[in-house]
Amino acid sequence: MKHLISVQELSREDTVGILDTAIELNRVTDGGTKILPTLRGRTVVNLFYEDSTRTRISFERAAKRLSADVVTFSANGSSVSKGESLKDTALTLNAMGADMIVLRHPSPGAAHRLAHAGWLESSVLNAGDGKHEHPTQALGDAFTLRAHLRPGANDFAGLTIGIVGDVLHSRVARSNIFLLGILGAKVIVIGPPTLLPVGIENWPCEVSYSLDAHLPELDAIMMLRVQQERMNGTFFPSELEYSRTFGLNRKRAKELPEHAIVMHPGPMNRGVEITAEVADSGRSVITEQVVNGLIVRMASMYLLIGGDASVA
Amino acid sequence: MSEPFSGASASSSRTSSRMVADSEDISRALRRLAHQVVENVKDVSHLVIMGIPTRGVPIAERLAKNIGDIEKISIPVGSLDVTLFRDDLQMRPTKALEQTRLPAEGIDGKTVILVDDVLFSGRTIRAALDAINEYGRPAVVQLAVLVDRGHRELPIRADYVGKNLPTSLSEKVSVQISEIDSVDQVVIQSTIEQL
Amino acid sequence: MSLNSYLIVGARPYGEDEQDIRIINGCIAEIGVGLDPENLEVVQAKGRVCLPSFVDLHAHLREPGREDAETISSGSRAATLGGFSAVFAMANTAPVADTAGVVEQVWRIGRQTGLVDVFPVGAVSIGLHGQALAELGAMAASAAGVTVFSDDGYCVFDPLLMRRALEYVKTFDGVIAQHAQDPRLTQGAQMNEGELSGILGLTGWPAVAEEAIIARDVLLALHVDSRLHICHVSTAGSVAIIRWAKEMGVRVTAEVTPHHLLLTEDLVSGFDPVYKVNPPLRSRADTIALREALLDGTIDIVATDHAPHPHEAKDCEWDNAAFGMLGLETALGVVVSAMRDVPNWNWRTLSDRMSSAPARIGRATNHGRPLAVGESAHIVLIDPDQGSLVVAEQLASLSGNTPYAGMTLPVSVTDVFFNGVHQVKGGVLNA
Repeated sequence: MKHLISVQELSREDTVGILDTAIELNRVTDGGTKILPTLRGRTVVNLFYEDSTRTRISFERAAKRLSADVVTFSANGSSVSKGESLKDTALTLNAMGADMIVLRHPSPGAAHRLAHAGWLESSVLNAGDGKHEHPTQALGDAFTLRAHLRPGANDFAGLTIGIVGDVLHSRVARSNIFLLGILGAKVIVIGPPTLLPVGIENWPCEVSYSLDAHLPELDAIMMLRVQQERMNGTFFPSELEYSRTFGLNRKRAKELPEHAIVMHPGPMNRGVEITAEVADSGRSVITEQVVNGLIVRMASMYLLIGGDASVA
Repeated sequence: MSEPFSGASASSSRTSSRMVADSEDISRALRRLAHQVVENVKDVSHLVIMGIPTRGVPIAERLAKNIGDIEKISIPVGSLDVTLFRDDLQMRPTKALEQTRLPAEGIDGKTVILVDDVLFSGRTIRAALDAINEYGRPAVVQLAVLVDRGHRELPIRADYVGKNLPTSLSEKVSVQISEIDSVDQVVIQSTIEQL
Repeated sequence: MSLNSYLIVGARPYGEDEQDIRIINGCIAEIGVGLDPENLEVVQAKGRVCLPSFVDLHAHLREPGREDAETISSGSRAATLGGFSAVFAMANTAPVADTAGVVEQVWRIGRQTGLVDVFPVGAVSIGLHGQALAELGAMAASAAGVTVFSDDGYCVFDPLLMRRALEYVKTFDGVIAQHAQDPRLTQGAQMNEGELSGILGLTGWPAVAEEAIIARDVLLALHVDSRLHICHVSTAGSVAIIRWAKEMGVRVTAEVTPHHLLLTEDLVSGFDPVYKVNPPLRSRADTIALREALLDGTIDIVATDHAPHPHEAKDCEWDNAAFGMLGLETALGVVVSAMRDVPNWNWRTLSDRMSSAPARIGRATNHGRPLAVGESAHIVLIDPDQGSLVVAEQLASLSGNTPYAGMTLPVSVTDVFFNGVHQVKGGVLNA
């Protein structure tokens, strides 16, 4: 594996391999706190065309835990914001000898282009490309789900997972739906039709417009963030109506099975898609998701550039 | 996965194998090593055996059992994957991580004996020392290997050697252990260039 | 020996029986078997299909304004190499072709280049802004004699402006060529809306955004009894609406591009912007409906929508790339490739859809004429058995944004006569 662009390129074996690597890394670093010499001498460039402090810090920490040299280019204060094209930036980074480029970009397919357009030789790790994918977020979520619901298992057969909210604009939802499908879980996507992509009925998931109808069957529920800019009345009438229909509150959380966990990729709009009470409750694994995101990023970095991919 | 130190490509060469130790030889060597350890380590109650995956682990378990049989106690065994600590990662294809499992007692203040199947360049053991250092602070660290084939690249030597095996760099030493390979034997494979 | 006079020997007009064709002074003088060459230069054309040269009702030649992507001269070279004798040059230049001055300039440069007749298309609205009518009458009355008006690239979205434009062009028998794209339904749109757009996260371009405008405009055209032409029809639904409109007696004509006949949206999944085009590549079912419509005449013509772009406009991420692909040099091969398995498709039908029908819609009276004595010698010879490999760097266009690079198209244009001038010989342009 040279690049990690989309979970749809992964097999179940690949996925389990990444999760197993993450388990070992988690163990030997005490949850990502110890520093390993593994990537000493390798350069990881974080190329961020979107402001995302959380994701950027997670990738920086992952690379530093593995002793890589980390360079961060973000859209503020570098050539990236001066209109330099992605290609020219790529050529520059290639000349600098970057072993890996972690790309966050607003355009779907940008990471795929960076990896395959012939601009550079580095490995490319997609840290979110527009509405397309965010594979390490989904891998981190799979790590969390596995730890809680299927420890040591090589698939998620028999699990039912609800993904609730704005799937249309969410790369996290896309990556999760397809990765959970690869792992054999049953996924139920729940949201207003205006926030579900055309053709989703052919994806590996069920589609529903009612949250209440499915709560008792969910082993885990993932609440998606409602972006501020969607709240302008064209996708749904009001924030209040949204949270009444699709928000996870204490009453709804009670309808979940006892063992069910509550997930959110963050950052949360407390009081919109999830109430503070539920987000801070014992069944919420939201802070674990952050740590696990770091761990699978370390695992992905090790698997992509730990060895020499040209030696077969 | 190819052996990174092996010689020419398959198209212009063929390999021949010869067995240099059988099951009985291996058992005898491990019994001898157990006695040497007991003699050398005065207080085996602080002993921890750490196998380096893959084949170092079952060898470590057998060695621990042999020592335990002699001393009539149970010797803690762990495994130590050194992949993340190697300095030659970039010369090999990416390798899946093996398990690292410290004994419940930990390794602080213990006498740790690292166990591997073959001692060659010494780079694995260097990485193992770094790894050990990351997980605790043993009182003593020693090294036991089933085969020492020479060609060291670092100033590292084994405290206990099952069999010294002079080899050429073009040869490949393959230790097979029944827990993994369903047979106990040591084989030397040589690659012969076709002219 | 007279100028521009040849004897074409053994060619097959419309792919039918072999004939010899005598060209004297740029006109077809005689057609028959075993003609005496007398003192004429003989062009051996045994087995070649012989057709009237093609007419492209929709091309972007980029001059004035974007001469880095294409010029009228380079576009003319591409056109003649593709077998065309006439090209309608779209109005979205800089400055926009919305005045008599700009269209006359385009027309004159076309004349000076002299490889094909370049007919400028006039803008419908000033600056393509969709607010106020451009000087349609002045452009029609200019030396360029504009008959086709289009805001192509933008839809004439305001229904009242569209109605006025349709009414106004009746005074000089003009036609409004509509780029049917509802701008609200296609805000930020990047590819056909469907399962794939959802998976790729690219903003969808629903078929209804095209179909709703076509439905509205055929009703307007019926109401004001004027001529409407629909540019680059791309969906099965559009075909159904146009079929209905024709049955209702609406004076509507329609075009399809070679790429919408052949290529489908699944090519987008590699995010290579060479496949980014407006309207977007659609589904397999759409291409099949378009092929059937082209055969039965619901869609009247093939038009290339030749859209050259400089390298950097495509060598980037998808969202930031320009829409459009080259078409002139590959049109024939792509059409043959898409249509050859359609039952009852033949060279006569191809000739109608690529030559006589577009000439008729654009009122290019000297083009798209039958192969007959007395007609101007706009003739293309085609080797029906010799495939042609598309190499982007070898195209005459200044740009290289062809989606067919590396493909071998099933036929090749070998010779082109323009007003009797034998300007393409053996697939090579006599510069």
